[in-house]
This record gives sequence, C-alpha cells and structure tokens, in this order.
Amino acid sequence: MSLHELIFYSVVAVLTLSILLAFIRLMKGPSLPDRVVALEAISTMGIGVIAVYTVTTGEGVFLDVAMILALVSFLGTVALAYYIQKPASSEEGD
Amino acid sequence: MSEIISTVLMGVGALFMGLAGIGILRMPDLFMRMSCSTKSSTLGVGFLMLAVCFRFPHLSIISRAAAIVVFVFLTAPIAAHMIGRAAYISGVPLWSKSVIDQLCNRYDRCTLHLESYALSEPTSPASEEEASHQDPAVPG
Repeated sequence: MSLHELIFYSVVAVLTLSILLAFIRLMKGPSLPDRVVALEAISTMGIGVIAVYTVTTGEGVFLDVAMILALVSFLGTVALAYYIQKPASSEEGD
Repeated sequence: MSEIISTVLMGVGALFMGLAGIGILRMPDLFMRMSCSTKSSTLGVGFLMLAVCFRFPHLSIISRAAAIVVFVFLTAPIAAHMIGRAAYISGVPLWSKSVIDQLCNRYDRCTLHLESYALSEPTSPASEEEASHQDPAVPG
C-alpha cells in the first residue's frame, strides 16, 4: 500500500498548493470580482479536500458537509455579484 | 481493483484542481481567470466524487456524491456568469492584448439592457463606426 499512500499524499499536496495559489490571488486581486472568483475557487477546492478526506477516513457523513459548502458558496457568490453590480445601476439614481 | 481506479481518479481530479490554482494566479485577465478556474475546478470536483463512488460503492455514498456533482455542475456556470456580468457592468478592464470585445457599446450600463445593435446615443466615436459596420437586418 505504499504507492497508494504516496499518491494520496501527493494529491493532498497538490490540493493544498492550489488553495494557496488561489489565496494569493485573493490577497492581491486588483478588483473586487477577482477576489470573488478566487473565493469561489477556494470553496470548490475545499469540496475536493473534503472528498479526499472522505476517501481516507471512510466516513460518508463528510459528503453532507461538502454539499452544504457548495450551497453556501453559490449563495455567497450570487450575493456578491449583486453587490458588485449594484453601484453601477444606482449611479444614475434609478 | 476499485481501489486502483479510485486512486487514479483522485490523481486526475487533483491534477485539474492544480490547473485551476495555477490558472487563477497566472492568467492576465479577470475573465480568463474566471473561465479557467470555473471549468477546471468543476471537472476536478467531478473526478474526486467519482473516486469516492469507486472507493465506497454503497447507495447512500453514491447518491450523496451524485447530488454534489449535479449541484456543482448546475451552479458553477450560473455563478461564473453572474460574476462576469457584474464585473463587465462595473467596468473591469479586459486584457490589453485581447482582440475583440463583442459587448462593446451594446450594453447600456444604466438600465442593464442589452441591445443586439449598437446603442443609439454614441458614448464614444468608435460606436458610430461600429454601427455602420453592422448588418442592417439585425432584429431588435
């Protein structure tokens, strides 16, 4: 089972690295939509981490957490999109 | 056998996730970043959930994983579309080397109304020239 462990650790390392890269974009993103995109990518990668953790521990309960995380991330993204486009539409005093 | 398939699928999913991470950092433009991260990470989630299904072939696990995959595949394009629309409305600049902006002068940013032809009141001298290039039979 050494190869399985090796692949598992490399998978966790790649996921962590991609979350770190998205977090760098979240920190230095020049505009607000950049940060929203980075946040959504981070939550999607979090769903992936939860899937890998489910494979490791064998607890199927964590998949519920992944489902709730997907739901909350979608709602947050939609709310932030409305927040981004609101100043442009109320600028002319509608 | 199912463990090997599961491990391979997990590796492929992690590869797509890594591509999404690299793309979201290295792409020069918001819209390219959004395209890259949305498509690639959605596919990565699909592969990882498939790995979970192959590892534990019970009905409860498979139904949850299928629900997650369907939900992510439904909501990720909608979320990306909403962010892209909001970003374009709020005036996020495109990459300086991008060759075409098909929504240029067709989106009324005050009323959020999309025209299939150029807007009647020109906001920049380029819009008149673009309107003359248009097919006159385009329906409103």
